[in-house]
This record gives sequence, structure tokens and C-alpha cells, in this order.
Amino acid sequence: MHFDFLFQHIFELTITGLALGAIYALVALGYTMVYGILQLINFAHSEVFMFGTFAFAWVFVFIHGTTSASQGLGSTIGLLILALVAAMLTSAAVALLIERVAYRPLLKKDAPKLIALISAIGASFTLSELMGVRDKVAAWFGLEDNLSNYVSNARDIYANPVTINPKGLFTIGDYTVTDVDLVVIGAALAMMLALDIFVRRTRFGRGIRAVAQDPESALLMGVNSTRIIQITFLIGGLMAGAAAALYMLKIGTTRQNAGFILGVKAFTAAVLGGIGNLRGALLGGLLLGVVENWGSAVFGTQWKDVVAFVLLVLILLVRPSGLLGEALGKARA
Amino acid sequence: MLLEVEGLCVNYGHIEAIRNISFGVAEGEVTTLIGANGAGKTTTLKTISGLRKVREGKIVFDGKDITRLAPYDRVKLGISQSPEGRGCFPGMTVRENLDMGAYVRTDRKTPAYREDVERVFQLFPRLEERVNQTAGTMSGGEQQMLAIGRALMARPRLVLLDEPSMGLAPRLIQQIFTIISEINQQGTTVLLVEQNAAQALRRAHQAHVLETGEIVRSGTGEELSGDPSVRAAYLGGDV
Repeated sequence: MHFDFLFQHIFELTITGLALGAIYALVALGYTMVYGILQLINFAHSEVFMFGTFAFAWVFVFIHGTTSASQGLGSTIGLLILALVAAMLTSAAVALLIERVAYRPLLKKDAPKLIALISAIGASFTLSELMGVRDKVAAWFGLEDNLSNYVSNARDIYANPVTINPKGLFTIGDYTVTDVDLVVIGAALAMMLALDIFVRRTRFGRGIRAVAQDPESALLMGVNSTRIIQITFLIGGLMAGAAAALYMLKIGTTRQNAGFILGVKAFTAAVLGGIGNLRGALLGGLLLGVVENWGSAVFGTQWKDVVAFVLLVLILLVRPSGLLGEALGKARA
Repeated sequence: MLLEVEGLCVNYGHIEAIRNISFGVAEGEVTTLIGANGAGKTTTLKTISGLRKVREGKIVFDGKDITRLAPYDRVKLGISQSPEGRGCFPGMTVRENLDMGAYVRTDRKTPAYREDVERVFQLFPRLEERVNQTAGTMSGGEQQMLAIGRALMARPRLVLLDEPSMGLAPRLIQQIFTIISEINQQGTTVLLVEQNAAQALRRAHQAHVLETGEIVRSGTGEELSGDPSVRAAYLGGDV
């Protein structure tokens, strides 16, 4: 154990942990919102995130080609915004597709939740594998040469050709905070603030809360619950797309199975904070990111995931409904 | 008739919850359905609101067949409901709950809307005192007031009230029924479902008795109050 290492690098570990946690939190929102209205874990949400990471990289490939380059955040700002929008739209489209194909037909027939869960797992595998055979798909259409920059070696790691060089801005303790750290944390918090305002202040936001708190009463108020479910998936997708963009900004590479571990972590964050609770997802995500970073400093990086899940188990032992969670059937969303 | 129910049959799985019931609700009146637990009263209201599928028969509102209409379209046409067990949104404040009642309205920022909120507060001054309190923390009586007030916020032509007196203290029951009459006098048609038959019959213009999914007796509130078999079954014998 290396507690001395932890204390020496406490600022660095905390800030990079917050950046990672902010990404977890954005993805966790999708899990928690869908759970809030459907009492269902959307296991395909990890693929919503994964498609966003590819969309982000593809924008760079499209504009830049595949020759690697290394640039600062400032000089690529326009491209970054474009790629962020592409990632958000792609993820939102995938989320809507999942709702339409894997959920709505089952919900219409009042299928048991377990069936919908299996359907979601199926959708998750399908989407992930589809990304893994995208070279074959392109070949069917005879496009493998035209699209080779996007589809070749479909099962390998796919990198954004432009590496973003973080620039140090100011120093806390002995860690120099970079512009990338700030953008990741700031953008994630801004997205979450916007979502919080949307849910609290707008008509559709109220509709989402109403369906979460009492679906039958919501129908009696004239809420179109099919539309509300759609909007919830849409928002979850937009948030996961933003998370994907921030992830690519920080990590730079993705893969057809990149959603899996991140999805499990985000789901953990959602449960940790109290599933169904938006602020809980934020708290759970940030806490998980920081504790994971501290834990890997103390026990070694290999122990990172062990630390994360031990934390989950410990908190659930003390508070089975999560940090900000309330008993089911009480206030949600 | 503002609302006409014709030969309605509704199933829960293979169990017939409602069998071939027909009745009408005249505009401007209070109509009540009374009957024991499990007679099908709540199912009837849920079906009128579109929450239960109709197996046979039809529902006509203001001359329009609404049997297959989505629940939210029925609210837009002017049917709102205060459900059994109140169904307040527990995590929302009183004001947010009232806003939810007006979900289908587009005039949220207008004086007309504020007037409607005022009207609810006049009927239930307690709600104004608790305007920023979350519904989940309020007493049963207060939640009942909120549920009725919320149903009125849709500016309904027909309001369906499911067991508004359930679980309330006797003094409060009296008050709730007085307010129901007041709502009716202000021009809203009321369809009231009650186990408290004495009170319901006193307030109702028309009344129907439901037994195991069928209407077994109909008449004016006065007629049924005087009917020996109704008295024996629902009014505690010769009171």
C-alpha cells in the first residue's frame, strides 16, 4: 500500500478523478432517467455511449484524414464543437432506436420487466457486434475501399487521428491543471445543470417527473407517456454523446466494446447515488471517479475496479437505496 | 347527455370486471355510482378516462365516440379525474401538482390560468397555505383536496371523482361533499363514485347502484335514498 503516494499526489488524483467521474455521471444520467420512468435498467445504454465515441473520431477523420497530428485544444476548438454535436446526435439516434425496437413493442404488450431486460441485453450485444463487423457491412455494399478510413480493422482500437495536447493553466499543490481537465469537468457540469433546469422548469420536464412518480396519474393529467419515454431516451442519448466526446478528448481512443466497462461504471455511479435520482447520478459519478483514482494510487492500478465495486457494496450495505435515493414509490426524478 | 356509456364490458385478464353497463351523465348535474368494494366503480371511471381497454360497448362524450381515444386526448376534450387513492405526485409541491393538472392547457402564462389557481385556493384555502410543500408530506385530507383541485385545473367539462371521502375524518367528509356541490354549481358536470352512499345520494341528481359489475338500480338520488333495498344494503338499514 502506498498511502504516501496518495498524499503526495492528492491534487492530481482528485482532479483527474473528477474529470473521469464527470464522464461517468453524464452516462449515469441515462441509466437513472430510464429507470426513473420505466423501472428498467437499459443495458444497451453502454452502446449509446460507444457509438458517440466513434462519431466523434469519425468527424476528425473526415476533416483531417488519418495522418496523425498533435494539436492544442485552442486550435481545434471549431472541430471539437462539430465532433461534440455529431457525437450527441449519433448517441441520441441510437438511444431512440433502442427505445423503438427493443422496448416499445414489449411495453405495449405489458411484457414483464425481465423480458425487457433480456431485450436490452440483446440490443447491447447487437449494437456492439455491429460496430465490430462494420468492415463486413461496408463490404456488402461494396464500400470497403471508400470507407476504409472508417471501417478497416473493425475489431481493433480506433484512435482519433488528432491528439489533443493538454496545456497547463495553473497549479494546485504540485499538480498543473490543464485546459482539458477544465473543459471536461466544466462541460459535464454545464450539461447537468441544463438538464436539471429542463426537468424542473419545462412542461416536458414536469411530464417526465410525473411519469416517474405516478404513471397512472400522469396519464390522467393528459401526459402522453409514449412521448415522454421517447424524450427520456433522447435526453439520455444526448448526455451519453456528450460524455463520449469528453471521453475521446481525454482518452483519445475507442473500440467496439469500449462501452462495456464504462457502462458498468456509470451504472454503478447511478446506483451509488440512488437510482432514479438525477443529482444522485452526479454525486455517484464524481465520488466513484475520485475514489477509484485514490484507490488505484494506494493499491495499484490493477485494483481500480475492485475499489470501485467494494465502494458500491459498502455504501449499499449502509444505505440500500443509494446516497440520495428514496424508498421506491416515493419522490423520484 | 354529456357522457353516454353504452353496453360497456371490461375485463381484467379473464375476469369480467364490468358487464354490459349503460348509463348517462347529463350536463350540469351530479351523477353518482354507488356500490360495495369490487363492484366495478373504479374500473368504470378508469375506463372512461382511457386507462382500461374496452372489450365491448362504447363511450360517447359530447356526441363523439371516444371508446378508442388515447387518455391524453380525452383530457383535452374536457374529462379529468381525481383518482382513487388521490394519486398526487409525491415529490412535487402543491403548485407543481396543480400545474400538472393543467398539463394539456396552453395558456399557462395568462390571467385566466391564474384565476383558475385562485378558484382552487378559494375552494381549498389549505392548499394556498401549503403551496410550496411537497404533496408526499401532506395529510390524507390535504392530498384529497389537492387531487380534486388538480383535476379542476384542466378546466374540465366533466370531472370524475373516485372515492373522495375515503379515509377522511367525518368533519372533513362533510366539507369535501359541500365543495363537490359547489364545484357543480359553478358549472362543472360531476360523476362521483362513492362508498359513502348516504352523502353521495344526498348530493346527486342521478344515481346508479353497481353490484358485481352490473347496474342493478337507477334513479334520482332522492328515489334511491328512499328505496328499501338500497337502504338495507348501503345505508345501514332503517336509519
